[in-house]
Amino acid sequence: MLRRIAIVGASLAGLRAAETLRARGFDGELTLIGEEPHRPYDRPPLSKQLLQGALEPEDTFFRRKDGYDALSLDMRLGVRASSVDLHLRRVALADGTFADYDRLIIATGARPRTLPGIAPRAGLLVLRSLDDAIALRRELLNASRIAIVGAGFIGLEVAASCRARGLHVTMIEALPLPLFPILPPALCEMVAAMHRDHGVDLRTGVTVTGAIGESRVAGLALSDGSRIDADVVVVGIGVVPNTEWLVPSGLTLDNGIVCDGSGQAAPGVYAAGDVARVTNQWYGSSPRIEHWTNAVEQGVHAAENALAGPEASTSFSSVPYFWSDQYDRKIQFVGLARGHDEMVVVDGSLADRRLTALFRRGDRLVACLAVNQPRALINYRKLLAAGASWEAALSGRHT
Amino acid sequence: MKVVVDLNACDLHGLCVEAAPEVFEIGDDGVLHVLIESPEQGLRAKVDKAVRECPTGAISIEE
Repeated sequence: MLRRIAIVGASLAGLRAAETLRARGFDGELTLIGEEPHRPYDRPPLSKQLLQGALEPEDTFFRRKDGYDALSLDMRLGVRASSVDLHLRRVALADGTFADYDRLIIATGARPRTLPGIAPRAGLLVLRSLDDAIALRRELLNASRIAIVGAGFIGLEVAASCRARGLHVTMIEALPLPLFPILPPALCEMVAAMHRDHGVDLRTGVTVTGAIGESRVAGLALSDGSRIDADVVVVGIGVVPNTEWLVPSGLTLDNGIVCDGSGQAAPGVYAAGDVARVTNQWYGSSPRIEHWTNAVEQGVHAAENALAGPEASTSFSSVPYFWSDQYDRKIQFVGLARGHDEMVVVDGSLADRRLTALFRRGDRLVACLAVNQPRALINYRKLLAAGASWEAALSGRHT
Repeated sequence: MKVVVDLNACDLHGLCVEAAPEVFEIGDDGVLHVLIESPEQGLRAKVDKAVRECPTGAISIEE
């Protein structure tokens, strides 16, 4: 008999887990612990609508304050979990309180990497949390020159938002292309050209060697010997999973919490979202996935299995999906391109920046990328979920 | 139950079409269509999935 379930991490995966537990009839004590002071909010708008001023912070909350009444949660916000004792089944919080549990769901997410060897200072920012986004937006009000370190999705979306605000943007990427090697070079080049056409000074193959400015950043020194002026520097060079608090627990940690296909990390302990490495049947390994949809699916899956117990648990199987909005383009990607043998543009063109591309590995369709072609993506997502052959995918290209 | 879609919020991610193809469809006009406004209870689980997986929160259910 389950009486108490604790969820550590009050973002998307944790919230969806809580909602699922209640929807499935769990009526015991449900504790939701979150380090940030805010109730759960949606991250994708932070780099786009919030930075551009189209949304306010309160617009990003998943539920209004009174929307939590029906969930009947013991919501403990603004306090971090400091450790867990798997034998006592007890989470210790930084404020000296505890949360006892019969089942535990861990969804503590990830935090941004910072530039090694560069000390924190005013004007040097990252973007992950709502507070990060509010701080960055405030900084942008008085800035004219922005430097962005890292041409991944966050950096590229921030670049587009800053250009929409009319700011001068310099972007620095250590690799030869943006988004490389997540996407094949031809697509990376398309993205690079798009940003240059929108006025971004994109510098690839260079690294940051130092920050200029003492108490406040004034620019960056680069590995090619050049210096760039910047009123604000945004660093978007990836994230690290928040697992340090679990080191003494005995859970298996390896770039995230290692879980089986049921999402279980230890008896009665589940993990979900950016912090988790759940074995995914669809491709037979357990990568750590930082996508919005993955957080939803794993949060729901962990909650269902926490209630079902090990004997009745289901295995996680999902085709990964992510998207990115930059300028007037929506890039959508479904599947797994890693190790693909071939990419074929089946509709549209790279030159038009409106296209559908399919990825083959062996004789199978393994991924689909669409730029401003959302309907095509839906059709290929179905084929991917069904494990379609490459031949079947190509023959269906005009339907 | 009645399915309500905020077309201003809909961003055509299409996850609802995957979750509940009986209820949601993106038409030739490039707009999301609700095929059954008041689906039977048997479709409840699928529609719930569509609601919680919508990245823009565009779908809601009125009881």
